[in-house]
Amino acid sequence: MALLSTENLPIKAEIDVVAVRRRVRELATKLGFTLVDQTKIVTAASELARNTMIYGGGGSMQAETLNGPRTGLRLIFKDNGPGIPDIELALRDGFTTGSGLGLGLGGTRRLVNEFEISSRIGAGTTVTITRWK
Amino acid sequence: MEKIPILRMGEFLLVTIQVDMHDRLAMGLQEDLTQMISDTEARGVLIDISSLEIVDSFIGRMLGNIAAMSRVLDAQTVVVGMQPAVAITLVELGLSLAGVRTALNVDAGMDLLRSAVKGSSDQYGASLN
Repeated sequence: MALLSTENLPIKAEIDVVAVRRRVRELATKLGFTLVDQTKIVTAASELARNTMIYGGGGSMQAETLNGPRTGLRLIFKDNGPGIPDIELALRDGFTTGSGLGLGLGGTRRLVNEFEISSRIGAGTTVTITRWK
Repeated sequence: MEKIPILRMGEFLLVTIQVDMHDRLAMGLQEDLTQMISDTEARGVLIDISSLEIVDSFIGRMLGNIAAMSRVLDAQTVVVGMQPAVAITLVELGLSLAGVRTALNVDAGMDLLRSAVKGSSDQYGASLN
């Protein structure tokens, strides 16, 4: 798999969530995603960026554009927050400890083709999503 | 401070969201609208989201809250103009905007508001008899 480009965006404040949405939209457009696919990956990024900020206490998003054999966009959200004690529970619809609707993780997983999460208590959480063209 | 403008038209309030809202801006709109319904005794609120490129769980919750709060204040809310790609994504995300009335465009939304407001006053009249 060939990596076309990679870049890093900070997620420290609410306004960074807006910047993440905007950048993911630009990258998805550049890769030739359909409007529906653009909307899905931007929405997924918005959910995860907010989680990074609210639950993770801030972090970053790494965006990778991929091609050969397939074209896709991979987003890696990292924080050094408290971690998620029970990932399976956190992925369930309706689960929330914060201000969302409790659709964040479970819903986000449905919007992308690949979804990976790793979390260590006290060390932070990394969520990686990929949407293929 | 940045704010989403709210227009008054007779007994209705109109909001067109034209910017990519950060969360605090969305919360501000919720509070401003509730205050304005109370101040103006508005009977209906029309929210045009045709410029919104995504609706995530936070914005979805805000729309639901506005609908619920206005209902408590005896006003109806209609959300209009959702883009098809946004609707597809929203449903896959798991949000159905239960409790939020929707219409395809502003015209249809205004018709819906007028009949909803008329319906609620008829119901009120009937319950007095």
